[in-house]
Amino acid sequence: MRGKLAIGAALVAAISGTAYAGKTLDTIKQRGELVCGVNTNLAGFSSADSQGNWTGLDVDICRAIAASILGDAKKVKWVPLNASQRFTALQSGEVDVLSRNTTWTLTRDASLGLEFTGITYFDGQGFMVPVKSKVTSAKQLKGATVCVQSGTTTEKNLNDYSKANNLGMKPVVFETFEATNKAYFSGRCQAYTTDASGLASIRNKEADKPDDHLILPELISKEPLGPAVRRGDDDFFTIVKWVVFALLEAEEYGITQANVDQMKASTDPVVGRILGTSEDTGKLLGLDKDWAYRPLKQVGNYGEIFERNVGPKSPLKLPRGANNLWSKGGLQYAPPVR
Amino acid sequence: MEAPSKPFRWSWRSAKFRALVYQIAAVLLVVAAGWYLVHNTLANMRVRGIQSGYDFLRQPAGFAISESLFEFDSSETYFRAFLIGLSNTLRVAIVGIVLATLLGALIGIGRLSRNFLIRSLCGAYVETFRNVPLLLQLFMWYFILTELLPPIDEALQPIPHVFFSKNGLQYPIPVWALDHVWVAAGALVGCVGAWAWRRFARHRREASGSAPPVVLPALAIVLAGGFVGWLAGGAPSALDFPEKTEITVVGGGAVTPEFLTVLVGLTLYTASYIAEIVRGGIQAVAHGQHEAAAALGLARSQEVRLVLLPQALRVIIPPITSQYLNLTKNSSLAVAVGYPDIVSISTTTLNQTGRAIEAISIVMLCYLTMSLLTATIMNWYNRRAAIRER
Repeated sequence: MRGKLAIGAALVAAISGTAYAGKTLDTIKQRGELVCGVNTNLAGFSSADSQGNWTGLDVDICRAIAASILGDAKKVKWVPLNASQRFTALQSGEVDVLSRNTTWTLTRDASLGLEFTGITYFDGQGFMVPVKSKVTSAKQLKGATVCVQSGTTTEKNLNDYSKANNLGMKPVVFETFEATNKAYFSGRCQAYTTDASGLASIRNKEADKPDDHLILPELISKEPLGPAVRRGDDDFFTIVKWVVFALLEAEEYGITQANVDQMKASTDPVVGRILGTSEDTGKLLGLDKDWAYRPLKQVGNYGEIFERNVGPKSPLKLPRGANNLWSKGGLQYAPPVR
Repeated sequence: MEAPSKPFRWSWRSAKFRALVYQIAAVLLVVAAGWYLVHNTLANMRVRGIQSGYDFLRQPAGFAISESLFEFDSSETYFRAFLIGLSNTLRVAIVGIVLATLLGALIGIGRLSRNFLIRSLCGAYVETFRNVPLLLQLFMWYFILTELLPPIDEALQPIPHVFFSKNGLQYPIPVWALDHVWVAAGALVGCVGAWAWRRFARHRREASGSAPPVVLPALAIVLAGGFVGWLAGGAPSALDFPEKTEITVVGGGAVTPEFLTVLVGLTLYTASYIAEIVRGGIQAVAHGQHEAAAALGLARSQEVRLVLLPQALRVIIPPITSQYLNLTKNSSLAVAVGYPDIVSISTTTLNQTGRAIEAISIVMLCYLTMSLLTATIMNWYNRRAAIRER
């Protein structure tokens, strides 16, 4: 009888939850790798090739965080998540950071127990139609059937736009990304709607003939995409935030993956602060002085990450547009690293 | 004669008292565990800043639903969206149950046929559809439907105002007017009339031996009742026709590929299980019954219908109840092929409001209610079937 009581007590202790606030950085350092939640397969943002190597903009952001905290951009465990699972995975502690083309909205910020650390990609929702439907504007899609993936901001935006323009569009909602693509390309729906960057990625990768599909010019919503972390751990939140800002500052001051070693010898005090030669800003974050140097050396600055994954020379061929630095007419503006 | 029962004593040495104490302790333990789980969940959610509560049900949904029996506008509440989802699930579950039973019974009886071809075909059907996972079957049917049907701009028009395309089968439907209640009332009166006819037919058969037909006249009476009701309601005949616009066909009623996929997939899958249950039930009837029926000179079809099936029903109904429950719950796979059932609506709600636990608890409650209702009805029918055998 006492043995059974002891087992029972041990079981109860095992299933009781532990608080996560304030301990993420220690957990990551102890574990020796960063657990990053990414998309199952979105070319340009997070996708794996046949050998299991992950590439993409969101993937590179996670690599930069890992390089900053752990010293090696390869010390990341990738957890592919679909749209319905992603927030629960972050809330429950299954992943440390969610870098999965997630839109920053009020509902998500305020009621899900997470915090968005910044905007890594300014996007908008758009439509894709087959060229042979002769539709050139979203306003012509009266009564159209539109393929949508479940669990995203897409459905609400589609409905808002449809009501505002009196279009009566009918959504057909699928659970998985693959099913949505299949339904659109088989002709079940007259249009496909998701973020414009996602449309470019899908058209490029999934269509038999990408030129048979047209991405309509209208952007019907604002979709600021960025990484998210759990609420309650301000230290880790600050670190993730400032790693991304450091990547932007580096591009602004001309530090690239190729010249970062020479830049270490630079006499410019701003560059010195970023790379840790003139001042140790990392200590304030709980990291060491090379906290920004390592991501820049191993992954590159924001511009290089953009060009490599989604830029005009990549298969997605997306223009810098709103994602350019503020000094070049875009919206990316990082607070100074000082 | 039974032994006299021991009186209840408030002492540990009385077995009844001990049993009572253990039962109370077990109930308290379960309640305490449940309270601990709920309390722990709520406390953790509060610590992490995750909001909870069912108040989101009163807020406007903000999303459209692609097909439903009733009108739904995105400015209506989440609660109404859940009701629409539930109606979609019930629609596919009820039609699926009826069709699966019919098909399953036919195939189950077919497996016992003396004809080699029928027996083999039914056997092949059962083995194929029983052994492939349902999700794969649903994907296969959806793929077939969406690939084979013509695109919307080349829609087939077999009859004027009826369109057949990847959007499904679109046809004119009556516009709902209050007068249609008379049709329902008339059909109900027709049902009473059909029941009365059935009783009359049975008395006539038992008294004189000549059996007046039952099924067709009963159906005719119900339809006539509905028609009279329609006339009484002022003959409302406004129809909503599907219209061809520049890019699509709008209006009218539709049987969409999604609904067809879920219906066909569920029906064929569940029918294969029901076929085996029916076959097992018929084979469970004593062989003497078959010999007696043969001695009476009954044809094989009469034998199955009048002798074997009624007796097999006692063995068939409990497992078939499980299959009905399975079909209802398997309809939740509809979200994989784009049919807006209650799971699909709850996933959308969950993602828009963030209330994961609340949304899933609502869905669980709905499925629990549907299952308990189905089981209760089938158990009542089971008791009736058992008594009737005598």
